[in-house]
Amino acid sequence: MLSTHGDSAKLIAGGQSLVPMMAMRLVRPAFLVDINEIAELKFARTERDTARIGACLRQSVVERDGALATRVPLLRQALAWVGHVQTRNRGTVGGSLAHADPSAELPLAAQVLGAKMILRSAKGTRTLDAEEFFSGPMSTSMRPDECLEEIHWPVWSEKRTGSAFTEIAIRHGDFAMVAAAAQVALDAGGRCTRAAFGLGGAGGTPLAFPKIAARLLGAKLEDKAIEDAAGEAAKECDPGSDLHATKEYRRHLARVLAGRVLREAHAKALAATR
Amino acid sequence: MSDKLHEVSIEVNGKARPGAVPARLSLVDWLRDELCLTGTHVGCEHGICGACSVMLDGEPVRSCLMYTVQANGHRVTTVEGLAKPDGSMSILQDAFCETHGLQCGYCTPGMLIAAQGLLNSNPNPTEEQIRDAIGGNLCRCTGYQQIVEAVQLAAERTK
Repeated sequence: MLSTHGDSAKLIAGGQSLVPMMAMRLVRPAFLVDINEIAELKFARTERDTARIGACLRQSVVERDGALATRVPLLRQALAWVGHVQTRNRGTVGGSLAHADPSAELPLAAQVLGAKMILRSAKGTRTLDAEEFFSGPMSTSMRPDECLEEIHWPVWSEKRTGSAFTEIAIRHGDFAMVAAAAQVALDAGGRCTRAAFGLGGAGGTPLAFPKIAARLLGAKLEDKAIEDAAGEAAKECDPGSDLHATKEYRRHLARVLAGRVLREAHAKALAATR
Repeated sequence: MSDKLHEVSIEVNGKARPGAVPARLSLVDWLRDELCLTGTHVGCEHGICGACSVMLDGEPVRSCLMYTVQANGHRVTTVEGLAKPDGSMSILQDAFCETHGLQCGYCTPGMLIAAQGLLNSNPNPTEEQIRDAIGGNLCRCTGYQQIVEAVQLAAERTK
């Protein structure tokens, strides 16, 4: 269907973004291909260093999955901010990623952790890193004939790992004005061995800051180091202005929230005994 | 878009309801217009207000964001399905009456579905969990406090 009809055919999974857009006549696909009943797209498997999630797995199922919460804690932390109970019961992980809203929570988590997207078309499969996958506001590097089939989430095996997610929205469950996510790992002496953080709603795609995070390596992550990293990320991001928040306010939130998640992730890593 | 009709068989409130529907007919329109189950309300029609909430296989979802064909082979519970078999009100519905958990009543069917969904999976919710469960349902009358009280009362009586 996708290869025959190209852009006039759309895959529908949970429909929690696509159907509102159709109701508002923002998109008018001539053909909808419903993938909800494909059982093979609804699985979660944790392997040594990867958690594999089928694209059509419901968000509420992932939220309740204890094994996933232990291996990729950022997922459950991000999902707590995604929509409402009713939308998470229907919405899928792959649907949210393919919709690629720059302020959405799951795309941010994928970008921060460097998740890999497995794409399938009639011609075969290929894998894209989150960074290549998100190409702009509501757009991805998927070709019109491709389907997101599976997502590989990296599992950090360090004992002392901590992660955090937060955001500011008008009301809980609304689109985030700015969202922030972080994950850090520490050695026995409390020095940072691995760090990743990023911002949503602060540019055309979810943003990760690997270069700034790399400067945290070897540091004790005291307040000064975290404030510097958050400040630099806020300088680097490029938020827009709209009815809900000005560019300046978003940049302010970016700095405050990035600092907040880094501090929280650090505190959790210090306390972790897994 | 085609006018072709698709055969469906959906279990609604415990009864199999066969039908033939166009592919783009929303579930809420089918429930209201074809089955005359007008207890489920249509509000914003794009997934914001929660008035159209129904249970799909026991879990609350928005029926304005689903096409009827997508419910084929699944179980749907509407607000009409919450009452006891003799037609009298459920514990939760009675609690809404007693605590004045409704005024105009527009949001009530969705609130009842969201709250019942919570109580089914969590019989002893905290106030925060109740507020989270009804967080996707808008009410412009009550200020939500009496709705929270209704759910607390129902939880107590269900023990």
